Amino acid sequence: MKRYFGKVFVAAIVLVFAVSMMPGAGLAADTIKLGVAGAHSGDLASYGIPSVKAAELVVKDVNAKGGILGKKVVLLVEDDVCKPEVATSTATKLLSQGVDVVMGHICSGATKAALGIYKAENIICMAPSATNPALTQSGDYPNFYRTIASDDAQARLEVDYALDVLKAKKIAVLHDKGDYGKGLAEFAKSFIEQDPRAEVVLYEGVTPGAVDYSAVVQKIRRSKADAVIFGGYHPEASKIIMQMRKKRMKTVFISDDGVKDDTFIKVAGKYAEGVYATGPRDTSSNPLAIAAIEAHKKAYGADPGAFFLNAYAATQALLNAIEKAGSTDYDAVSKALKTEYVETPLGKIKFDNKGDATGIGFSIYQVQNGKYVELK
Amino acid sequence: MDYFLELFLGGLTRGSIYALIALGYTMVYGIIGLINFAHGEIYMIGAFTALIVISVLTLMGMNTLAILVIAGVIAVIYSSAYGYTVEKIAYKPLRNAPRLSALISAIGMSLFLQNYVLLAQTSDFLPFPCLIPDFEFMEPYAHIIGSTEIVILITTAVVMVLLTIMIKFTKIGKAMRATSQDKTMAMLVGINVNRVISVTFIVGSATAAIGGVLIASHVGMINFYVGFIAGIKAFVAAVLGGIGSIPGAVLGSFILGWTESFATGYVSSDYEDVFAFLFLVLILIFRPAGILGRSEKYKI
Amino acid sequence: MIKFNEIKRAFLVSIWFMFLTFPIMVIRVNPVERIVEWRWKNMILVGIGSFLLSFVWNYLMKRKELGVKKTEAGEETGTIPLAQRILGEKRIYIPGLVAIGVFTMVFPLIFSMYQTTIMTTALIYVMLGLGLNIVVGLAGLLDLGYVAFYAVGAYAYALLNYHFGLGFWMALPIGGVLGAIFGILLGFPVLRLRGDYLAIVTLGFGEIIRIILENWNEFSFGPSGIANIPRPSLFGIDLSVHSSIIYIYYIMIALCLFTVFVVNRLQDSRIGRAWIALREDEVACEAMGIDKAKTKLTAFSLGATWASMAGVMFAAKTTFVNPASFTIWESIMILCIVVLGGMGSIIGVIAGALVLILTPEYLRAFSEYRMLAFGTMLVVMMIFRPGGFIPNVRRVYKFEGVKSADKS
Repeated sequence: MKRYFGKVFVAAIVLVFAVSMMPGAGLAADTIKLGVAGAHSGDLASYGIPSVKAAELVVKDVNAKGGILGKKVVLLVEDDVCKPEVATSTATKLLSQGVDVVMGHICSGATKAALGIYKAENIICMAPSATNPALTQSGDYPNFYRTIASDDAQARLEVDYALDVLKAKKIAVLHDKGDYGKGLAEFAKSFIEQDPRAEVVLYEGVTPGAVDYSAVVQKIRRSKADAVIFGGYHPEASKIIMQMRKKRMKTVFISDDGVKDDTFIKVAGKYAEGVYATGPRDTSSNPLAIAAIEAHKKAYGADPGAFFLNAYAATQALLNAIEKAGSTDYDAVSKALKTEYVETPLGKIKFDNKGDATGIGFSIYQVQNGKYVELK
Repeated sequence: MDYFLELFLGGLTRGSIYALIALGYTMVYGIIGLINFAHGEIYMIGAFTALIVISVLTLMGMNTLAILVIAGVIAVIYSSAYGYTVEKIAYKPLRNAPRLSALISAIGMSLFLQNYVLLAQTSDFLPFPCLIPDFEFMEPYAHIIGSTEIVILITTAVVMVLLTIMIKFTKIGKAMRATSQDKTMAMLVGINVNRVISVTFIVGSATAAIGGVLIASHVGMINFYVGFIAGIKAFVAAVLGGIGSIPGAVLGSFILGWTESFATGYVSSDYEDVFAFLFLVLILIFRPAGILGRSEKYKI
Repeated sequence: MIKFNEIKRAFLVSIWFMFLTFPIMVIRVNPVERIVEWRWKNMILVGIGSFLLSFVWNYLMKRKELGVKKTEAGEETGTIPLAQRILGEKRIYIPGLVAIGVFTMVFPLIFSMYQTTIMTTALIYVMLGLGLNIVVGLAGLLDLGYVAFYAVGAYAYALLNYHFGLGFWMALPIGGVLGAIFGILLGFPVLRLRGDYLAIVTLGFGEIIRIILENWNEFSFGPSGIANIPRPSLFGIDLSVHSSIIYIYYIMIALCLFTVFVVNRLQDSRIGRAWIALREDEVACEAMGIDKAKTKLTAFSLGATWASMAGVMFAAKTTFVNPASFTIWESIMILCIVVLGGMGSIIGVIAGALVLILTPEYLRAFSEYRMLAFGTMLVVMMIFRPGGFIPNVRRVYKFEGVKSADKS
């Protein structure tokens, strides 16, 4: 009797679980499911949350106009904390929920991990901020698109500016040992080495979070570099620039869009003056961008954060392609992305065969009187 | 030669900062044999408190020197209070438990304090004003050593001397030494062991707070995570010198500071931490209890 | 009955905490914008919260002290922990095991792909926890750099596949052997070290491995990591993502069962008893004729083998590895699994891994407070339940032979 009871008990438990947790996939085909994945919590959340808000705004607009192909667009927002191992869970979660296209992820590493899963299921994924060159250039990810230029374009611009405009002869290349910073620094280094006009006098990685960088700064001084190119984010950049200036060094400092952030100027204060940084081309005069930022202010009562416009453009591009393709079919949407131009806050864009957006680029900025000013 | 001197001074400054934090580790370890993982967080809280006080006082329009003193004092008071409370909550109930339990409890406390500051304040880096003015007479040497660095060196030296005097010559210092040698015996001769432990935590936290304020004004920024990284390094320094020994912690800190500075200067900062850890392993292979540590005789 | 004294004490506690949290909870500064925000509401909340918590704390403390006194007085408390009673009772134990077995077998068939993925992640941690349990729980060697071996395994598969095109099934044993070799490599220099010195050296070892992976681009492709690692194949057939996730889940179940089997056998073997002896007292253990060096090295290398195999599994599941997945927090997480679950107890470690890995997944909505809660849980667990969720029971041998011999 007891044994019999055990079996019934087990069966009951299994049934209850099975019923209560049945995947919701494939229930409603009258909606278009747009996945939004990225870091929405943790230390990199400030890069991921703006993309969620961008998607919400675009989708609200689209749905107000009656949706796409007569269907409403629904958002599936999932957090990946920028960790590759979490990103795969996130990707499978989105697939379980029957996602049609994905806008994300934020970090390159997480994007690579997730792409493997999307690729096998023929899901198109468009990132607003993953800048690793291999994502498009390796050809491994035909389902990947992005609305931001890749790191090598940025490094190219930095090196060209240092050589052509600043006439630097000796350049020190530093990075923060991270995926983004080191990748960028590697490109900068190889571009300088290919050019006879200048040489790399120092190539080093600094340890993020170290108590101070005085030894590295002394090393820069000894190398007699005219310019420093730094790949990485603003906390390390401001520590280095502050220590350089405190040691009365006037070396030019050039960095990337991880530094082209107002927090950098706020933290480094007067020491930030004169620092160069590359960043996405200024589109604030674009009427669509102004409208998008206004909508954000109205909805959330604050200025949008990093990569907001990129995410806005990505969402628009994806939805537009679905509309043009007439379905969420992988091949049709891919073709639409590559052939149909779409008006976005970043300008009129479409995608090349590798998945990079045409018409999106970087320009160089300088800190002048406590503000980043675009140099033309 | 100049370059060598620069690296030497850079290493000395870094070592001084490590020393101010490492002292707390080593004192606590000497008394209750616990790696106080939350010690780095106490240092971070000291720096944060100072920043908050500075911001409030600056808005009230006080002059810089007064702000510096008040912020320093309040940071020390609060850090000590946190150190005291952390001990009472997370370590005292575990006094007789296995060491691993106390260690996990300390890790938990460290996580808690980090996230407490993260949630109550912010995850962003905040700029920390440089309170120490540039000394004019130092201007010709500014490229070698700044005034903040000099203040750090002097403060560390003063703290060391005061601490040594306290431990060598005062009554409570004597009680601390007795407790660290044998807790039961100390109790038998009438020492209030609980009080001694509390005092140790308070003193250790106070030196960490001084370190926190100085280093924050040296690098000019803080966030909730600075304590963890500095804490790990200071802990390495304490072990290197022989954990439990106060001169050992100071020596270990300087050696670690120099190792990192010279490794970066002459080799590469890519492997800065690798050098630091390899050096630690080497020392421990030949002296398993650290440079100045007493190697205990174990009896059955 | 709440006495006046207790109220007074709670009141003082709440005053103290209001003082303590004043600058951080009440004032929020923004030095850049020069804004100071005063949040007095928080102070009241802290006051009330600590007032109430103080009672709970006191009550729990009293109960704890009572328990300690009882054991000191030699009184049998008479309550064998619930978990143990269940395990002891065959009639509950066997159907329970069957139920769990059936449940795990049908799990991926009834639940979604996402549920299967996170369950696989949890199973990887079960394996890591069981491996670390050998080092920390059985041999008593505090290892804070366990993640290094996990990284060795993950990179072993990634690199072997990249350069030589080796498949998962080849990489799994190779990864395990490599892990064992690294375990011995680490073991040699630290043979003489005790307790906390060992902890810091292993921590350093973990960091060294991570930094090398980050910096040595030619070898490990640096921080950008290695992508496109193939998932395991089934007799040469490539599976779709969905089925390969289920397949990985079953591989993981098999590996976990294998781990449990081996660890269980090891525990009662000669070497297992040597580990336990080493944990209890090194000197006495040597005096009993146990080769300390050999015992420690086997503990390190066997522990590392499991971590390394889990690493291979991790690479196969994620299809991407980079050094950022192998930070010191990962080591701490695994250590917490072992200690919270119950050191030395296999079921405890499994429970610990499932709880610590699955809870955050299901509590994604509260992700902000996740780490805060985690920290609090560690402290509270250590104080009130230091043995973990399911503590290990030590085998007790009672001498009752004389009486029964007389009667017969």
